[in-house]
Amino acid sequence: MQANSSRYRYCSRKLAHRAYLLQIFCLVIAPNRASELPDDQRIVITGVGLTAPNGNDWSSFREALLEKRSGVQPYEIRYFGKTLAGICDFDTNRYQKKKEVRRGTRAGSVGVYAANEAIQHSGIDWENTDRSRVGIYVGVTEHGNVETENEIYVIKGFDYDTSCWSHHHNPRTVANNPAGEIALNMGITGPHYTIGAACAAGNAGIIQGAQMLRLNECDLAIAGGTSESIHTFGIFASFNSQNALASHEDPSQASRPFDVQRNGIVVAEGGCLYVLERLSDAKARGAEIHGELVGYAMNTDATDFVLPNPERQSQCVHMALKKAGLEANQIDLVSTHATGTSSGDFQECKALRTVFGDCTNTRINNTKSYIGHAMGAAGSLELAGNLLSFRDGVVHPTINVDELDPDCAIPGLVLNEPEEGKNIDYVLNNSFGMLGINSVVIIGRV
Amino acid sequence: MTPAEIRDEILDILEDISPDEDLDSLDDEKAFRDQLELDSMDFLDIVMELRKRHRVQIPEEDYGNLASMHSTVTYLEPKMKDIVKS
Repeated sequence: MQANSSRYRYCSRKLAHRAYLLQIFCLVIAPNRASELPDDQRIVITGVGLTAPNGNDWSSFREALLEKRSGVQPYEIRYFGKTLAGICDFDTNRYQKKKEVRRGTRAGSVGVYAANEAIQHSGIDWENTDRSRVGIYVGVTEHGNVETENEIYVIKGFDYDTSCWSHHHNPRTVANNPAGEIALNMGITGPHYTIGAACAAGNAGIIQGAQMLRLNECDLAIAGGTSESIHTFGIFASFNSQNALASHEDPSQASRPFDVQRNGIVVAEGGCLYVLERLSDAKARGAEIHGELVGYAMNTDATDFVLPNPERQSQCVHMALKKAGLEANQIDLVSTHATGTSSGDFQECKALRTVFGDCTNTRINNTKSYIGHAMGAAGSLELAGNLLSFRDGVVHPTINVDELDPDCAIPGLVLNEPEEGKNIDYVLNNSFGMLGINSVVIIGRV
Repeated sequence: MTPAEIRDEILDILEDISPDEDLDSLDDEKAFRDQLELDSMDFLDIVMELRKRHRVQIPEEDYGNLASMHSTVTYLEPKMKDIVKS
């Protein structure tokens, strides 16, 4: 009897403990609207492939962010001269023959590398995957400037004789080039195209991939963004003429969003592509799931070519939260778009204050402070930089904030030192671009 | 340029446009396409490089002469005989 009673007390304690854990679990993993959808409408991340100025795979990129390692370097480009840039050093010949690299574009090579890495990381049986059911959706800020500048430079040497203009120019500059090069390299025969969305493109690629999966237009999406922008002098010259190009005697300190001494953008190259799948498919093959797209939104300022509109930005964030069925305080981490320009950073902070100003839970950081602005890849790269916080519970800081601009002093900013021991269930990723294009994605821990 | 110099020039162009290929064992009598992974864009590269490097113009109807190393050198010999190899 005594033994039974003791056993009963033991079982009761065990059950109570389980209930407590369940309660904690329910409190921690807050329900979202996506979780109410059937599994074939829920979109999850099962692979990540990337190259960033400070890392050529997901884990080394994360490591660089946690170690506060910058990828910004001195750089020189014809006509413009010396400047700074975020430069990638991935092995172009890892997945491409030399001939493919010569014939294609830098954006294509970045895309091919990231796509192959993502597929490998996903653990999918690629040899037996139906390539006609794979879609490629690559966000780009711009494409073709690099190749056009190169050709003009070449024919200048021939007194502008256009018969010396390369026959490779058209296939290199068609807007679908970076996605098409991935298709050629990997034998993918499903849909491929790029999404031109200025610097909101990385998020836009992810959103497009998710939508196509939900529409059953493909079974697997390779989605995200790429950029080759450091190879066009025009982007440096244009930002410089706009007084929006960063300079600093120490390259690693040049990209300094939210700091009073910020003086502009550090242009970067890079790419980050995700393998997206329907949850039902991911479960069926026993895939490791790295996050779920629980909400997203895109909208437009319709107010200015370059100046952002905080009202539309906050509206975009609210739309994404509504789609996710989440309250602002349930967002554990906001990955900001802030590029280090005086106006842009302030305007985004203004937008974020209206949404997250009263949130005690939400932390806010910025990844451009490490790598610069990777343009079409910025959204997807910065998201990848934060997604591993689901596992390690660390929020990497915005670096280079020696003196916080009072106009950017919003609650929850994580500055200069990482914040550890944080339970991260939801990451909200901002990505905005010229012509007033805004995009927000929310990824939940699974 | 002598026929040997023209051959060296074509080899140099092929090294540029086909960097993954081993050109040491190239058979001059066999068609390029039977030995190398060359497509129509690559043949246009040969035409373009000759134009850029030596201002040699090859009309489209003559492209068939670029089938093999031997036929290419034979075709180019009169066009390049007055060019001094730099």
